[in-house]
Amino acid sequence: MAKFTLPRNSKIKPGKVFSANGAKNVKRFKVYRWDPDAGENPRTDTYEVDMDSCGPMVLDGLLKIKNEIDTTLTLRRSCREGICGSCAMNIDGTNTLACTKPIKDIKGDVKVYPLPHMPVVKDLVPDMTHFYAQHASIKPWIRTSSVAPADKERLQSKEDREKLDGLYECILCACCSTSCPSYWWNGDRYLGPAILLQAYRWIIDSRDEATGERLDDLEDPFRLYRCHTIMNCTKTCPKGLNPAKAIAEIKKMLMARRGV
Amino acid sequence: MNLEHPLARVIGKGSAKAGVEHWWLQRLTAIALAPLTIWVVVLLLKTQSVNYATVRELVASPLNAALLACWVVAVLWHAQLGLQVVIEDYIHNPWMEFTAHVAVKLASLLGVAVSVIAILKVVTGGVS
Repeated sequence: MAKFTLPRNSKIKPGKVFSANGAKNVKRFKVYRWDPDAGENPRTDTYEVDMDSCGPMVLDGLLKIKNEIDTTLTLRRSCREGICGSCAMNIDGTNTLACTKPIKDIKGDVKVYPLPHMPVVKDLVPDMTHFYAQHASIKPWIRTSSVAPADKERLQSKEDREKLDGLYECILCACCSTSCPSYWWNGDRYLGPAILLQAYRWIIDSRDEATGERLDDLEDPFRLYRCHTIMNCTKTCPKGLNPAKAIAEIKKMLMARRGV
Repeated sequence: MNLEHPLARVIGKGSAKAGVEHWWLQRLTAIALAPLTIWVVVLLLKTQSVNYATVRELVASPLNAALLACWVVAVLWHAQLGLQVVIEDYIHNPWMEFTAHVAVKLASLLGVAVSVIAILKVVTGGVS
């Protein structure tokens, strides 16, 4: 059966409290902590952050904690402007990017957890190996059989280029896939919204010549049809994209090529 | 220790090249059920104020009997398609999953057979 409760060694316990003595404008961060080498259960540590000397985003708060309060806090981050997808995590109950989530949007304590239902490497760092392998499996590059033009690139009309809008912006942060219950229960075989959106990005690219093979590869009860239109993906996407629609378009294309 | 490459694990046994049929039939039966279910509810309401013989007469009319049979087939077909997905989603023990699939499919088949025979019996005026 699908597991609906955490195993005993994964149950989260209350952790340490780091108080900001003397600070007037305090925001409490409750952060998931787990150290693979400690042999202990995960815990939530509480950090009081002085907002008078902290940047506006959740990532600013987390980096202030790491720099000034507790250097052992482990997280991924890089661009700090919502384009690399490294700092995807569960903040205030929603998967999003720490760098584009304003602290002031959060009422009460700032609760920070790693992306749900992923193996945790340490603290807020999930193991993305399977997710990236799934991305590789859809062959996310242009595939052609015709001979390339001798002296220029393969051209695309403006109308065909516009079909990629709302798809090319995906940064593969995995917020959508890890918000999807279907991906939680069957992520070993279901490709999940992020990868399916990426697959659709190549399916409707007018320059790609492997549309049929791409659809063949997706036509599977688990790879594609585990999507039950729950729509968590679209709700949570920090880039405002619509993976659920991309999946629906793939289903429509499979139906269209088969006929009723 | 699993030394299999993550990509090999994802590719697995490859695409089943199936699923469209299931998806389409689930929608087709849903389309059929929307008007049919309203009609069944209306029929059931009608039966509240009349006696048993009149109800039998009502069900025995060719159109009513046909629509009722269609409704039963659509309901059970739709239900077994839906339950199949629920089982695939949540039951991951291979034997339990297989048993559940077989039970659901056969129970649906039995349900269709019994219901259609019952309707036919009313139509042909057999003993109640």
